[in-house]
Amino acid sequence: MGVIEDEIPATPPVPGMQVDVISDKRAARREKARLFIKSPSALIGLGIILFWFVCAVLGAHITPHDPFATDGLSHDPPFTNGYYFGTDQLGRDVLARIMVGARDVLIAAPLAAIIGVASGSMLGLLMGYYRGILDDVLGRLIEAFLVLPLTLVGLLALSAAPADWSIIPGIESSTQTVILVVGLLFTPIVARTVRAAVLAERENDYVQAAKLRGENGLYIMTREILPNVMSPIVVEFTVRIGYAIFAIATLSFLGVGIQEPTPDWGLMIAQEYRLVIGGYWWVTVFPAMAIASLVIAVNLVADRLQEVMEL
Amino acid sequence: MLIFLIRRIGLAIVTLFLLTIIVFALSNVLPGNVGRQIMGPFAPQKSVDELNQRLGTDQPLYTQYIKRMEGYAHLDLGKSYKSREPVTHVIGSTFLNSTKLAFLALLITVPLGILGGVIAALRRGSLIDRSIVVFSLAGSSLPEFVTASFLVVIFGLQLAWFPVIASTGDVISPAEQLYRLVLPILALVLVYFGYIARMARAGVITAMEAEYTRTAFLKGLPRGVVIRRHVLRNALLPTIAVVATQTGYLFGGLLAVELIFNYNGLGRELVRAALNKDLPVLSAGVLLIGVVYMVATLLGDILISILNPRVRLGDQ
Repeated sequence: MGVIEDEIPATPPVPGMQVDVISDKRAARREKARLFIKSPSALIGLGIILFWFVCAVLGAHITPHDPFATDGLSHDPPFTNGYYFGTDQLGRDVLARIMVGARDVLIAAPLAAIIGVASGSMLGLLMGYYRGILDDVLGRLIEAFLVLPLTLVGLLALSAAPADWSIIPGIESSTQTVILVVGLLFTPIVARTVRAAVLAERENDYVQAAKLRGENGLYIMTREILPNVMSPIVVEFTVRIGYAIFAIATLSFLGVGIQEPTPDWGLMIAQEYRLVIGGYWWVTVFPAMAIASLVIAVNLVADRLQEVMEL
Repeated sequence: MLIFLIRRIGLAIVTLFLLTIIVFALSNVLPGNVGRQIMGPFAPQKSVDELNQRLGTDQPLYTQYIKRMEGYAHLDLGKSYKSREPVTHVIGSTFLNSTKLAFLALLITVPLGILGGVIAALRRGSLIDRSIVVFSLAGSSLPEFVTASFLVVIFGLQLAWFPVIASTGDVISPAEQLYRLVLPILALVLVYFGYIARMARAGVITAMEAEYTRTAFLKGLPRGVVIRRHVLRNALLPTIAVVATQTGYLFGGLLAVELIFNYNGLGRELVRAALNKDLPVLSAGVLLIGVVYMVATLLGDILISILNPRVRLGDQ
């Protein structure tokens, strides 16, 4: 990618060569995209994600009822009084809350993944490029960190988090806290992956050449090595989105994540799972199916992407 | 072997030390005022300050850390912010209950997962293989509470085969307790089957394609002997590592499962502690689960080094 411009002056300049390299790269990318959409499972995954994306964007504009309106504590079963998925214990439309609930997940999960992948990549580049004591110390810390299950660390960090603060306007503060914490918790594992990829790259000739040219470490890391470790980073990003949905839903279910009145799938289940045995199954089953569909869809896409990228 | 063991244990001690720092840092990760968090936004500032002073949370962070470490060194885990009971009491009995649940779940998952993975690998590409792969992918990618919710609806409500409340609060017979644990165990089995089966499958496929397996076949050994002596011995080493890792992670899954089935275990206790901002209980519990993970991986490594001399001799 970015390296090509630097490598070209080393070879005798041939007219039109640069164009050829770039069109080759485009062709390779097109080929990968073609391979990607050839997989039916990845297409199904994309379709499901797209469906939830539409729900998230249009939100309350397309829901049959207002997701926040209470209908006299009705707790209607599905297909009664015009509520296809029934109503919850406060008489709110379950279908509407699930559709609007997609917004929350689809904003929070990618943001958490971006935070984790960005900070993890930075750390991984530093560790892999400079090695030495920095790498040893951080490496030990990361290993100790990965001893703990993600949900558990999330629980610990969120229980200590203050309730009212805000950086991004328009997102509930509880949602922002979850995004930040999950992103933070992803950092060590992303750093480990990126570090391994950087280690494999740093001995290559182009890195030596850049060093001999007298480029500084920052330039070599960001302009020379980073473009060459992009594919593991992209794969890591999609995998992290899957884990982010998993973590955010679980933390909300445990009561430390996203808070009322934001409609959230994990929270809906948390509020009503005890009522299932009394016959009120619909408020638990439908959000559970929503989570399952999205998690599996993201996994299908991530798996296929990994296969294509590793070709 | 002894050198390997000493090095491995030394490493574990370093990790444990770092873990205490991480846990302490995480419980202070965002600048929260402990007294304010416990008493809520409407309590007068004076009583919040008093509470902070009583709990020691007005001290600088490093003083708090050193104090806690001194306590840990004497096996004193501090007192619960909420009940003022010693933390050891709070997490001791619940940890025992969680261990029971985790042990029963592993007892079923490990043989089942290995069996599933080996069968899938030996019949690679068949319908059985594809079903096991899809099933394990779905099982291990769904959050535990989603799987558990489905089980409650299907086996608790629709079929009404099993109770959905694991701890009733009364003293019950072991048989009754086991019956009440069927659904929580099933939930954990469904989730962790996938990890083990996938690892076993990958291991067997790699071993089947290895040169030594080809040699074994070519020298005329029967298929059963080759699989038993050459394939499985090599294939199951990575699986042991995964089982060890998952034993630690299983305790993370216990949080949601114990909550859904209302089981009196460490997971449910820690969720309560988190909601009550009861940091001494929560940090000690998290640290305990970290120790479980480290012991499990240590045992796994020792087992692997016994089975595979290359691991222990390679280091010398």
